[in-house]
Amino acid sequence: MKQSDIQKQAQPTFFKKHQRKLYQSLEDKHTTVEEIDSEDPLATKMILNMGPQHPATHGVLRLLLQLNGETIEKTKLDIGYLHRGVEKIAENKTYQEFMPYTDRMDYLAPYMNNVALCTAVEKIANVEVPERAQYIRMIGCELARISSHLLWLGTLVMDAGAVSFFIWTFKEREKIYDIMDRIGGHRFTISHARIGGVANDLTDEATALIKEFIGNFPNELRDYHMLLDRNRLFYERNAGIGVLETEEAIRLGATGPVLRGCGYPMDIRKFSPYLKYDEVEFDVPTRLEGDNLARYYVRMEEMGESIKIIQQCLQKMPAGPIRTDNAKQAYPSKDEVYYSMEGMINDFMMTDIGICPPEGAESYHAVESPKGELGYYIQSDGTGHPWRLKIKAPSFTNLQVLEQILDGEMVSDTVVIIGGVDPVLGESDK
Amino acid sequence: MMNEKQSEVIRQTIDSLTEKFETAIVDVYQSTGDTFILVSAEQLLPIANFLKEELDYTFLSDVFGIDRYTSDDRFEVVYNLISLKNRARIFLKVRCNEENPEVDSVVSVWKSANWNEREVYDMFGIRFKNHPDLRRMYMPEDFEYFPLRKEFPLLGVPGSIELPSTTPDREE
Repeated sequence: MKQSDIQKQAQPTFFKKHQRKLYQSLEDKHTTVEEIDSEDPLATKMILNMGPQHPATHGVLRLLLQLNGETIEKTKLDIGYLHRGVEKIAENKTYQEFMPYTDRMDYLAPYMNNVALCTAVEKIANVEVPERAQYIRMIGCELARISSHLLWLGTLVMDAGAVSFFIWTFKEREKIYDIMDRIGGHRFTISHARIGGVANDLTDEATALIKEFIGNFPNELRDYHMLLDRNRLFYERNAGIGVLETEEAIRLGATGPVLRGCGYPMDIRKFSPYLKYDEVEFDVPTRLEGDNLARYYVRMEEMGESIKIIQQCLQKMPAGPIRTDNAKQAYPSKDEVYYSMEGMINDFMMTDIGICPPEGAESYHAVESPKGELGYYIQSDGTGHPWRLKIKAPSFTNLQVLEQILDGEMVSDTVVIIGGVDPVLGESDK
Repeated sequence: MMNEKQSEVIRQTIDSLTEKFETAIVDVYQSTGDTFILVSAEQLLPIANFLKEELDYTFLSDVFGIDRYTSDDRFEVVYNLISLKNRARIFLKVRCNEENPEVDSVVSVWKSANWNEREVYDMFGIRFKNHPDLRRMYMPEDFEYFPLRKEFPLLGVPGSIELPSTTPDREE
């Protein structure tokens, strides 16, 4: 297709400069400038805009596809429709004040984001976290991982054409929401972790619900496997689709299940263990194929491993405090705040100034979120606000992979491949 | 926290780097267990190549900018590198000045730097020399400011971005 044709088709009425440059970049994507055919008598070539308001793109992802018939020749992704500037906001908030914003980053696994922020702040400010709090966090994190993977599974199967299965996985997600409600008082954006521990201990009711869930969920997982593994429709929609070569995965910086689906057992929980992950036993599932089906198996097995981790946490969890008792490092308990003057003052100081890491300290701490490596880099200037807070979002790096693996695929597979990569735009757009 | 084996790997990395690029290494320091290596911007590409080819830092996890407002050499670009073979992580840093914020692009070394460098350009206005596709990542091209610079106000600049018409029926 001639450039003039593309430019003719692109008559933007809105953000004119932005749109023109985007179409221009589609034209320049590959350095080898091919002699573009002067005649296209059947008019098989076209440019297809998909999104940002497309139900199958999992949020506000915009794809610009250059098609030849039904084959995708080139793809460009346009993200940023959900950009809120949380890094800028973080520079103007105390560390604890910033936590509700992290809930809204990867909104499918909010607990994981809270823990990622807390562990990073605790690393830079050198805060000791009681053992019981660490196990509670691990339980919350693994429940969040299952919840996120369940949404991925439901939407992936729905993208492949089976709508009713989505309701099945949401039935299980509903149970996790109920557990979260009992743990921290919120179903969705939970904000249960605190710097130095967690907000409150697990109630008996919550523990009972968790035990019931981990008792039943393996059966559900088995049913999912029975329905999908040998299902010809599902298999053929996923096998050999969106293949990412092993070497290319490293070069493109893929992370999480996308990388593990290519054969690398890279998992931050093993790479540099945080919380108590070095004290529980679990495997890191990998596959070699690198296609959508490999990612499916990796995530399905991860859910099983999460159940194992939660079981071990419940066994190993000791009794004890759930938040550090240092008034300079964490909020005092509400009993103290309401009944003692010092508690009141400390609570006020924590809210007003917050925790102050040493001046000039820099630190990076990463956790393994459902999507991959979720890291927080913090640079402190000695005040209660971070000087710079950078979030390494796994969805962002995986979207870059998506832009490459879509080339050469069929347009009908686009939504399945997006589903397999599992991006969350709230996280990638920050 | 780092165990002994990891710190041994990182020590070896620093030793071989200082041996090969003695003048280019400006500073090496540790902060809360992470290792940061500040190098001069002219030598960035050879050092990046050396780290990737000889020392197995094949995985570039992230690239981000820092605004060191009021300091000399105002902007800093940080590369978050992982060696999957040795299970080690280091941070490479370069600095550039405010008048001409320009750094060599490392896309030729690590392909994954592409989007990350676009993000740094979008947020700080640091240009990357020889980047294949240096467009803004999040903000539209029509936007003229760099939001993560310290002088950019938290509430934004009124009128800096064209907003959709509230009466969509009427084309103007």
